Amino acid sequence: MSNVNILKTNNKNLPLFLTLGIAFFLLAIVDFCLNNFLNINITSFLPRYINFFTPLIFGVIGLHLIRIEFTGIKILDNLNKNINTSNFNAILSLSIILLIIFALPPLLNWFIFDANISGDTKEACTGGGACWVYIKVWFNRFMYGMYPNSEQWRINVTFIAVLAFTAAGFFVPAKFRNYLSLYYTILLPIISFILIYYLVSGGSFGLEWVETGAWGGLSLTFMVSFFSLIFCFPLGMMLALGRRSDLPIVKYSSLSFIEFWRGVPLITVLFMSAVMFPMFLPDGTYIDKLIRVVVAITLFEAAYTAEVIRGGLQAISRGQYDAAKSLGMGYWKLHIFVILPQALKLVIPGIANTFLALVKDTPLIFVVGLLEVVGMLNLAKTNPEWLGFSMEGYVFAGIIFWIICFSMSKYSQKLELKYDTDR
Amino acid sequence: MKLKKILPQLLTILFIVLIFGFFTMNAQDNMDTRGIEFGFGFLSKEASFDIQFSLIDYDGSHSYARAYLVGLLNTLLVAFIGIILATLLGIVIGVARLSPNYLIRKTASFYIEFFRNIPLLLQIFFWYYAALRALPTPEAATLLLGSSFMTIKGLFTPAPIWINFDVFFTALVIAMVLIFFFVRYSNKKQEQEGKQLPTFIISLAIFMGLPLLTFLVGVVDLSFSFPVLRQMSLSSYTFDGGMGIPPELIALTLALTLYTATFIAENVRAGIQGIGIGQKEAAASIGLKRGQVLKLVIMPQALRIIIPPTTNQYLNLTKNSSLAAAIAYPDLVLVFAGTAMMQTGKAIEIVGITMATYLTISIAISLLMNWYNQRIAIKEK
Repeated sequence: MSNVNILKTNNKNLPLFLTLGIAFFLLAIVDFCLNNFLNINITSFLPRYINFFTPLIFGVIGLHLIRIEFTGIKILDNLNKNINTSNFNAILSLSIILLIIFALPPLLNWFIFDANISGDTKEACTGGGACWVYIKVWFNRFMYGMYPNSEQWRINVTFIAVLAFTAAGFFVPAKFRNYLSLYYTILLPIISFILIYYLVSGGSFGLEWVETGAWGGLSLTFMVSFFSLIFCFPLGMMLALGRRSDLPIVKYSSLSFIEFWRGVPLITVLFMSAVMFPMFLPDGTYIDKLIRVVVAITLFEAAYTAEVIRGGLQAISRGQYDAAKSLGMGYWKLHIFVILPQALKLVIPGIANTFLALVKDTPLIFVVGLLEVVGMLNLAKTNPEWLGFSMEGYVFAGIIFWIICFSMSKYSQKLELKYDTDR
Repeated sequence: MKLKKILPQLLTILFIVLIFGFFTMNAQDNMDTRGIEFGFGFLSKEASFDIQFSLIDYDGSHSYARAYLVGLLNTLLVAFIGIILATLLGIVIGVARLSPNYLIRKTASFYIEFFRNIPLLLQIFFWYYAALRALPTPEAATLLLGSSFMTIKGLFTPAPIWINFDVFFTALVIAMVLIFFFVRYSNKKQEQEGKQLPTFIISLAIFMGLPLLTFLVGVVDLSFSFPVLRQMSLSSYTFDGGMGIPPELIALTLALTLYTATFIAENVRAGIQGIGIGQKEAAASIGLKRGQVLKLVIMPQALRIIIPPTTNQYLNLTKNSSLAAAIAYPDLVLVFAGTAMMQTGKAIEIVGITMATYLTISIAISLLMNWYNQRIAIKEK
């Protein structure tokens, strides 16, 4: 016991090092908590510039002392291997732990403990935290826009129906599997369009007509994304094939189409659809704003999809083409049965990214005056009765989008695994 | 056989010609009936609207062309700052994702999953309307770093006042050229004789030394003007002197940086992961040091994977900076496709010019990229 070198840890004096190390580590945490939450500084006798870093210094000493290899204690070995491999790593780990301790309580307070959710007026918000009453009161607006309250069941019914038709594709008997892509690219859009036209838009069957300007909120986000998604995929595929075609005119017109849409920001495309496009139509014809927007987004995203698919096509080896040709397959047969199934499988992550980008781009339609969920937030924010709750609104919308996008990306990862048929 | 080749092409041409013909004919008709004339003459007319933030001299008496330039420069400014910051942050996060430290790794992937799954527009709105609005008013602002103020009206920092800036700038350019030639010389020397010069230290010395020399000689001088609080009316304050960075610029740069950095981080991670462990081991076994392994073996290969998608992200950032219009930062879209179009009503010309500008930037970078890709591509025998 007499010649213990405090700086050189070893296995022999394990209990001593462990107690000292844990003590120092706890001291660091306690010091930090006291500094931040109770405004008590137990190390105030030290100079200011050292004083500020005392939790870090204590913590690193503590972590250094418990950095002992092959102790046989499972937790300790795991800890050392994962967050405490060197002094530098110890500093980084400790900074993150302290940051979490620093940030978590105020966040939790704001989100839950000091937040208000009961009541229907602004006055109900008395706590210092978030005012979820605001979200509660405006919830219908955020979901359905300016759509009349009494008619909102129509949107719900349409969505459930479209969802059912989409899901139906998963349950068809194996006999019809081959026609599934046709169903999704041609039949489903037509069915959905008819549903939306007669149910959401109304005007016949005794349903009140609701103009597209009144549509909005999250339901509009879904509608725009849904149609753009369905249309941009086949279009992108044609463009990708066109770009790799042997026919010079087809090739260069596809190429310039793709490069054009990829070169401009979506916001200018939407500007174009809003102010420039009506000039290009015969006098008196009018195309609904929503349709113009969907077409604009479709063309824009199709160019990106085309580039992604082209990447997949390029990755297919020449042998596949040669083999298919030697079986006597023509251009279309070759692509539909041999090349595309392999190429599309390769580009699932890329396609998923493009679709995610599309969903994240939909809020931009505010430039043409369509208010989906982010647009509705900005409108609600300016309401004189509910001033000063923009934070809650953005956090709410952020959570919604995050859930949508995150689950989409997780689903694409699952698909990728499912179709990973590599040797 | 011939027909099979010609027919699709003919159909394509026919389709394109029909669409364009239809559109131009209608546009002609519409403009005739509304009495609008097509032309770019309006560019030289007086713009008569003010722009809040401008890098060059501008007021209402300047022409529309000048207003266009102001917008373009503002767009490029945001893109430039955003690209630099996003690259730095992206590299740090990307490397952190591969850290052996569990906490660091998880924090980095949390950051990436968090910021990449929220629409950029929402993030811009959040920073501008929610986060920056919570800042103090000018009179209540506290001093930061002894010189700057972070207020609801933006960031006010000391402004540099240069004497003979052009001399300093020339010195800087000369230093860069010298470094360029020096690096080439040392690379050549290494290839021929195997000798390694301390390139980095000498380059740094040139870069710092030459501009410093101009100060020492006494030609160039630098002083700062500090922001000073001034009362405009009973309850309204502002800062005089110094440099004011508008909150729109801060919010936009912040959102663009945080968002784009997630994508760059993923590129960096993919690049480093793409290099087989054998490369590292082989390099170590022939006696290279750790720094040399990274510099001479890993990085040249990883960059080949990292750079093309990262350039794409730079392009995306530049195009995304057009979202500035949503928070009234005077970029190209807001100034030109917004205000100028409302005033002149020249929808076709103005949207056309705006799109052409972005298209030019994109295609220029694409061409540069293709050239670079060909240069660094692995030359297989």
